[in-house]
Amino acid sequence: MAKKTETKLDFGSKWDYSAAPESADHASIKEEYGLFIDGKFVKAEGGKKFASVSPSSEKHIAYFAEASDKDVDKAVKAARKAYNEVWSIMPPKERAKYIYRIARLIQERAREFAVLESIDGGKPIRESRDVDVPIAANHFFYYAGWADKLEYAFPGKTAKPVGVAGQIIPWNFPLLMAAWKIAPALACGNTVVLKPAETTPLTAMKLAELIHDSGLPAGVVNIVTGAGATGAAIVNHPDVDKVAFTGSTGVGKIIQKAIAGTNKTATLELGGKAANIIFDDAPIDQAVEGIINGIFFNQGHVCCAGSRLFVQENVKDIVIKKLKDRLSTLIVGDPMDKNTDVGAINSKEQLNTINKYLKIGVEEGAEIYQPNCTLPKKGNWCKPTLFLEASQSHRIVQEEIFGPVLTIQTFRTIDEVIDKANNTPFGLSAGVWTDKGSKIFNLTSKLRAGVIWANTYNKFDPTSPFGGYKESGYGREGGLHGLLPYVKLS
Amino acid sequence: MSRLEVLKTYKIYIGGAFPRTESGRFYPVTLRNGIVTNICLSSRKDLRNAVVAARNAFEGWSGRAAFNRSQILYRIAEMLEGRKAQFIEELMAVGATKASASKEVEASIDRCVYFAGWCDKYTQVFGSVNPVASSHFNFSTQEPTGVVTIIAPESPSLLGLVSCVMPVIAGGNTCVVLASENSPHVAVTFAEVLNSSDVPGGVINILTGKEDELADQFSSHMDVNATIYCRQKHLKKTKENGALNVKRIIDWSGKDWYKAGDDPYLLLATQEVKTTWHPIENIAGTKSGY
Repeated sequence: MAKKTETKLDFGSKWDYSAAPESADHASIKEEYGLFIDGKFVKAEGGKKFASVSPSSEKHIAYFAEASDKDVDKAVKAARKAYNEVWSIMPPKERAKYIYRIARLIQERAREFAVLESIDGGKPIRESRDVDVPIAANHFFYYAGWADKLEYAFPGKTAKPVGVAGQIIPWNFPLLMAAWKIAPALACGNTVVLKPAETTPLTAMKLAELIHDSGLPAGVVNIVTGAGATGAAIVNHPDVDKVAFTGSTGVGKIIQKAIAGTNKTATLELGGKAANIIFDDAPIDQAVEGIINGIFFNQGHVCCAGSRLFVQENVKDIVIKKLKDRLSTLIVGDPMDKNTDVGAINSKEQLNTINKYLKIGVEEGAEIYQPNCTLPKKGNWCKPTLFLEASQSHRIVQEEIFGPVLTIQTFRTIDEVIDKANNTPFGLSAGVWTDKGSKIFNLTSKLRAGVIWANTYNKFDPTSPFGGYKESGYGREGGLHGLLPYVKLS
Repeated sequence: MSRLEVLKTYKIYIGGAFPRTESGRFYPVTLRNGIVTNICLSSRKDLRNAVVAARNAFEGWSGRAAFNRSQILYRIAEMLEGRKAQFIEELMAVGATKASASKEVEASIDRCVYFAGWCDKYTQVFGSVNPVASSHFNFSTQEPTGVVTIIAPESPSLLGLVSCVMPVIAGGNTCVVLASENSPHVAVTFAEVLNSSDVPGGVINILTGKEDELADQFSSHMDVNATIYCRQKHLKKTKENGALNVKRIIDWSGKDWYKAGDDPYLLLATQEVKTTWHPIENIAGTKSGY
């Protein structure tokens, strides 16, 4: 049979999209940010600081204090004092009102936060505007209402706060992760020492300013900036009762081991390598959109990204054709442009990691596909990438890449794809695309993962618990079940 | 001439069968009447075999209807009740008074009944339908975490073991248990009860032996999802080992099983929460949210 010549979509070669940049004028950035400890902004011990750089423009953004062990100790002491003297004994309905206030302030300043998030982290403004910031505000709003209703959350038990929570968050959703951590902790009566990632501290410090404005009693929330050593100081501080960590499985394991000899409890939200499964009876166009959203949302810097695509063999050709077409329409570039689909890779380091995996994938024998798209000269960029003919034994299939890289495998039967999908140490999320309801429930009950999206992908909501099975961590964030890590039951 | 009593060889319980330890080793426990029983000194290889059996049994057991699991747990209670005298005798043989042995056996039977009842209820009480703001149907429900290893308390040897195992299997997990070192007889006899209660082979595997030899492996095995630890000596090591594969380490040391055992939150300790999303077309005026 003669091979048909492949038709190729010609997108954007005849004309360019006009730029549609979001203005950054109304967002103010200070030259330097201190640590937020006991309600005040203070310099780090010895005045140590580090710079944050925009991953898209490579411009210097601001300096941030680098917290030492001593600074962390001050923050934990402030949190303990606020816990004992104010927050744990405050009537819960008063606690609730403070948290509601924070939610409202974020809503009021939503545009500013969205702009800053995109400048500092590199994610498209559409995403920070429509996902990160509103859901962050909603998390505070949702958990605020739980503060005086905890007796209904745990039937047969009395819920008491745990104490001081040490919280360490990643760089992929800086403000949203801060909200996921702080809101339930405060609602349950705990006080907090939070450390944002060293590449994305800006919105966390803006949040500190906002919390300061809200009148929240001093010391209830403390935010300290720094890198791994600052995080270790929080984890190992003897007066921290609870550790909440979102980040890599590697660091999660270090934390689990570090607190082994203590009474500290932990919530770990770690890596993933989600299967996104598309059956021949799926609505193919919707599925393709879902696959694109599943892996290229936030440049693939998403622990629950649908990074392993499984296509039923008889629709492989059409799905891959449509994926390639769709790939060629993705606009990669300026995060501040409202047309942009794929923004900047968060850091040079992460770009190196992704490029390392691209090389590994090619060497392993998978077939790489990238669209023709021009990348900005400055900044960290990666073309959206497909790996065809990938197999279970490939490292690009087994390991979390945390970038815009999708591996594609095929399957014939349901049992086969369940085995393949579950054959991973991770278990954070999965996706299923089919029009048949009974098949959906068969799949969703057999996939060993904490969040299953059926005929949709990468949806988040404050009422919806999120968290993994197996090496993707333990504990849940969001929803009723997200309260449990922040209470002691008796 | 009086009749000579037939003595039982105490063996271990793996995959629904009663093998001796593959190591051929034993440790003697002398009963109050002077009879020496040779208890299997289980090896790490026995543990690995038991984990394989538990993993193989997981899909079937977790896939059973909750109502069916409930009936099987209740059946355990029925079988235990019928052999009450034997358990009391065995506890007394290692030092219990008649009163305390009776109390322990009765509490153990009642514990089985308690968790039998939870099998088809806990997801109703602790699951949720989540009112997400987008146009999706979204619900969260519990699922078993997988294969659970249990270092059962040294004492009470029967009630402690039963109290750890019941919440684990009620929720669809399978398990491997290390029995009390000095009072292992009731654990082996309990395996006989399980064997006649329609509990599928491999769902509960019971080893006898020494914690010092096995605690490390119980928590470091990479195909184990959770470890319940009920003693003191190896708690820290157990927690450290958890970090190898992000194992859920559950510390039930120092629990008073007479007072603290009837508690559905014990069942939740070996459960994961799964959240499922599906679009709904046109709910409350919002557009379809594929």
